[in-house]
Order: sequence, then C-alpha cells, then structure tokens
Amino acid sequence: MTYLATHEDLAVLHNDAIKRFEEKRKSPDFKLQISDELKSPTPKEVRVVLRNSGVIDPLDICEYIAKDGYLAIAKVLSSMTPEEVIEEVLASGLRGRGGAGFPAGLKWRFARHAKTEPKYMICNADEGDPGAFMNRMLLETDPHSVIEGMTIAAFAAGSNQGFVYCRAEYPTAVKTMIHAIDQAREMGLLGKNILGSGFDFDMELRMGAGAFVCGEETALMSSIEGKRGEPRPRPPFPAQSGLWAKPTNVNNVETYGNVPQIILKGAQWYASMGTEKCKGSKTFALAGDLNNPGLIEVPFGITLREIIYDIGGGIKGDKAFKAIQTGGPMGGCLPASMLDLSVEYETLTAAGSIMGSGGLIVMDEDTCMVDIARFFMDFTQDESCGKCVPCRVGTRRILEILTRICEGEGREGDIELLETLCREIRQDSLCGLGQGAPNPIVSILQHFREEYEIHIREKRCPSKVCKALITYSIDAENCTGCTLCARNCPVNAITGERKQVHVIDPDICTRCGICYSVCNFDAVEIN
Amino acid sequence: MKTVLEKVPQGDPLTIPEQKAVIDAIIDRNRQKPGATMVVLSEMQNEIGFLSEPMQEYIASELQVPLSSVHGVVTFYSFFTTTPRGRHSIKFCLGTACYVGGADQLIEKAEQVLGIKIGETTPNGAITIETCRCVGACSQAPVIAIDEELFGKMTAAKLPKVLAQYQD
Repeated sequence: MTYLATHEDLAVLHNDAIKRFEEKRKSPDFKLQISDELKSPTPKEVRVVLRNSGVIDPLDICEYIAKDGYLAIAKVLSSMTPEEVIEEVLASGLRGRGGAGFPAGLKWRFARHAKTEPKYMICNADEGDPGAFMNRMLLETDPHSVIEGMTIAAFAAGSNQGFVYCRAEYPTAVKTMIHAIDQAREMGLLGKNILGSGFDFDMELRMGAGAFVCGEETALMSSIEGKRGEPRPRPPFPAQSGLWAKPTNVNNVETYGNVPQIILKGAQWYASMGTEKCKGSKTFALAGDLNNPGLIEVPFGITLREIIYDIGGGIKGDKAFKAIQTGGPMGGCLPASMLDLSVEYETLTAAGSIMGSGGLIVMDEDTCMVDIARFFMDFTQDESCGKCVPCRVGTRRILEILTRICEGEGREGDIELLETLCREIRQDSLCGLGQGAPNPIVSILQHFREEYEIHIREKRCPSKVCKALITYSIDAENCTGCTLCARNCPVNAITGERKQVHVIDPDICTRCGICYSVCNFDAVEIN
Repeated sequence: MKTVLEKVPQGDPLTIPEQKAVIDAIIDRNRQKPGATMVVLSEMQNEIGFLSEPMQEYIASELQVPLSSVHGVVTFYSFFTTTPRGRHSIKFCLGTACYVGGADQLIEKAEQVLGIKIGETTPNGAITIETCRCVGACSQAPVIAIDEELFGKMTAAKLPKVLAQYQD
C-alpha cells in the first residue's frame, strides 16, 4: 500500500485508482457482493450519502479514492481554514442525522471555541432503534466516507483524536470499519501530519455491549470511558465537557458521511435539495408490511405516501395501510390521514412523532396499535438505565397498564392515567430515552384512541392480535386434514387423524398463531 | 493480586493455563487504553465466553479499578454474561419488524424443539437461545442470528431444520 505523504501523491493515486476501478469491472469474473437491502434507486430517490454503496468494494480504500474519496480532506487541508469549513457546512444546511437535527457546523464551532485541550470527536454508530439499519449499511458499504467526514469535522473543531462507537449487534460493520481505519492509517490518511499538512488526527473503534441507552450522547461517552452507560445531565453540553470532561463533538454516522460531498460539490449544491428548513437528503430504513422494503435515500420534503407507495411498492398482500412508525421507540405512529405529510424534522415533531435516525416501519390493518404501544414500552422499560426515577418507575407502570389492557383487564380511567404518566415522564426524565419514551403511547392515543377504548370497554381486540382476547379454531369446511398445523403446533394443542378435520384444544393453545400462518387452506380462524 | 488467584475455584478459566494466557494477553494489550474496562470485558466475553466472578476480580486488580465498577459494567450491558454459554448462540431478533413479523412464534417453536426456555442452554452445551435487540436486517424479518450469521425470513415450519444443524 502506498503511503501518501503529500497532496500530489494522492492526486497520482487518484488517477491510478480510477483506471484500476474501470479495469476491474471489465473482467467477466468481477462481482460485487451486494446486500438485498440495497436496491437500485427509484425515480423519487437520490444518492448522496449512499452514492458509493453497492458501487465500490468497501474493503478496498483505492475503490473509494477512485470515486473522489479523500479529495475533500485534501481540499480542506490545502486550501481552507477551520472557520471556512464550518461556514461551508453551515451554508449547506446540514443538520444532525441522528434525529435531533442540530446544525452540524454550529456544533463544530462550539467545540472549536471551547478552551480546554484535548478535544475529542465521536461518531455515534450505536444505531439501536429497532427497525433502523441505515448506519449499519453505510458502515458496511462505504466506511471511508465516514472516516473522511469525521476527519474534516475534526479539522474544523480542532481535534486530534476520534472514537467510533459501534454497537456489538453489528459484527460486520465493526469489522469493515476497523479494516477501513487501518487502511487509512497505513496510507497516511489518518495519523500524524496528514498529507503533509501538519494536521494530526487518528481514530479508534469502540464497541458497545448491548445497551440501547448508549445511543444517547452522554451515556455513550460514559460507555467509552469504560463505565456503565448512564446519561449525565446537560448542561454542561459535550462541546464544553464531554468525554473525560474534555470538549467533545458527537455526530451520527450519516452526518459525517455527507460532509465530503458538501466540501467537494459545495454548499449550494447540497442546499438545492430538500426544503427551506431541511436541506439535503436523508436515508431511511423502510421495513414492515411492504412489497419493497430496504434502504432508501430521499430528499427532505418528500411525502410519506410517496415513500410507502412509490418507493416501497405499497402494502404487502393488497391489505389496507394502518400506520407508519417513525423515529424508533422514541417516535410515534402516524395514521393514514397524515400520509401527505412532508418529511421534515419540524413537521414530524408537530404531528406527534419525530424524525429520529430514520427507521420507518409500515403496519397494515392486521396490526393492533395497543399491542404496538405495549411492545415499545416493553422495549423502553427494559432499556431504561435506571438512573432517574421518572423513567425507571414510570415506564414500568405504563407497561403494567398497557399489558392489563391487552389482557382484557383494562379499566375506566386507564387512558387518563396513561396520559398523566406520559406527561410526567416526558417532563421529568433526565435524558432523551425517558423524555421520548411516552411518544409512541401518546401518538397512538392521539390517532388510534378508539382501539384503546374497544380493548378497555368491549374487552375485544379488533385486529385479533392480543392473545388473551382471541381464540383459534379450525373451520371444518376448509380443513383437509393435511396435519400441517398439528405438526407445527409447539404445544400439541391440535389433534385429528390424517384426512380428518382437526380440532384445537383451547385450554392447551397458547395462541401463538403458527397454525394460522402455516395453513394452506385458510382453515384456521381467529375469533 | 496473589490473593485473587489463590481462592479461585477449580474449573474457572483463571485456573486453566491456556485460558489464563488469553486473559493476560487481553489485559496486557489494552492496559494503557483510556477506558480499558469495557474493551477488556468485551474481548474476554468474546474469547472466553463469559465473565466469572474471579475473572472480574482479576480484571479489577490488574486494571486498578474498583471491583464494584467492573461488576457494575458487567451487569449493565446485556452482552456480558457471568455463566458459560452454549457453543452456539441463537438469538431471536425482537426488533419492531421482526416482532410484527411473528418473532414470538419462532421463539415458541424453538423452545419446543430444544426443550429449553429463552436464556437457557441445552444440556449438551450445544445451543443457548436468547432474544436480542434489532440486528438491523429488518427487510428480512423475522430474523434469527446464529453465532454471527443471520437467517432471514424465518418461519416456524423452517426453524427445526435450521436448529438441527447446531444441535450436536
């Protein structure tokens, strides 16, 4: 591997890399392994941060260089001051892609103006939201764009040491990123005196160990320090006192991934995409009951309807759309009446949800919204770190109430009690996890209140999901006696001879629904 | 530090020379790192398979951090375990898409086939079944992760065949 001592070395390698990139693709044996989740973009999509995903070999730094990789850091180091970099990124309108939407350039300026040394850069790759895999895909398919973006941000903020904090659930992303960091260091694109500019920056990958709360920036810093991942009060903000009480800048993977393009193509180009308040593009992980799930990148201002129907191919099995969940377990569920909402940080917040990091889960008519609320609360109460009482105790109380409602034991007054609890947890919790925990419950109360009411008053689950409120039986007319259901039943609740009608014993049945999913003749009914 | 090693019960990784060498190597190569506790625990969990109490004491004394901090970290993060795991770990993703896609059916089926509950290990030490947080393969939901490999679009009907490959 060539060591790049100067900008000229990089320019030479760049030309060479382009030739090799093209030659490699002429070979009939050449095949790039591409994940199923990476689809070719549909007409309403763009490719900015994902431009190299599925195009280059992520394990070969020269492939990234062939696609103008590391030219942005070369430009920054040879011709820009830190303040110019900050101005450029501010002008582009790039906002934090982790979900909060804070202007990236402003964050870097705060860190730059902090007096204490050393300063740290952190890349938050602790993508814990269930249903979100944008960061995983970017790290696995184009790791160098994140390294380069982070190096540019480090130059702007005046930092020489960075940490990438990646969750342990992503072994491939971790391996790819470590490999990329090593390659960049070997070529002199990380380390001392990068490209002969006198600027030093190096980074190290640290792994999480399965704690969702570590995606919160202050908890993440505690974790890098080797402690329990418990959040700290803000202020002081990380830009003043972060990692080891030093000024620290934390950005999301995708935020960094956008930076090289902004530097190379200019702020105006980037700001030409999106809306007035939200510039550029955003990646989303599209999942759930859709025909074409996968990773997408769209300009801000697109509507939810366009995402679901034009890009996602509509609802699977021609069923009706019920809700779209945005922003993960701290986000909310939006109903069909909001499908024409323009996707922006502010509009989603106003609708009672959040942008979050970019998970979009589409749910069809068979989904019980009370069960979904319970699912999210089960998640948050389990992941609550336990440091502050409103979150630790409050989420548990909400879960108990929701479980009761799902089991047909709901009482009058439960909805009001939930509303009070949600308000207090939101106001009094220390970090984003607690403050956001009530969001799914509140948004479902706001948009699907009647479902709560039916569960409580009629002791009925209209979507036939809540196990305590349904029974399974076999329709004698449709049953062919194929024995498939009996063979698959985990608790042996189904009896019947071959070619004879089968019967489910309701006392043994655990309502797991396996018989319903395996039956080829629609003979299993839910009542 | 001697006292830590003196009272270690037989069978603990610290009493097995090959494993002790791995433990010492992990501590030595990370000792100087700031925030080394997490790094050491992660690597040890990966290479030894669990973090026994004597191991935690040993780490605390080697890294010069209070045992309470080490134990606090071990119990905080779900990836750290204090008892040995099976040779294969089968994790059922409980992300939203997998949950909506029927992850609970897969769990019931696995519990029936293997005769153990979530969190337990088969008597022959082959398989530990666990639930886990979203593995980020949502368009393949429902997903199970066996060791580091992902199996997408899993169904209760397909599951026994997949499990059988790991049962010996």
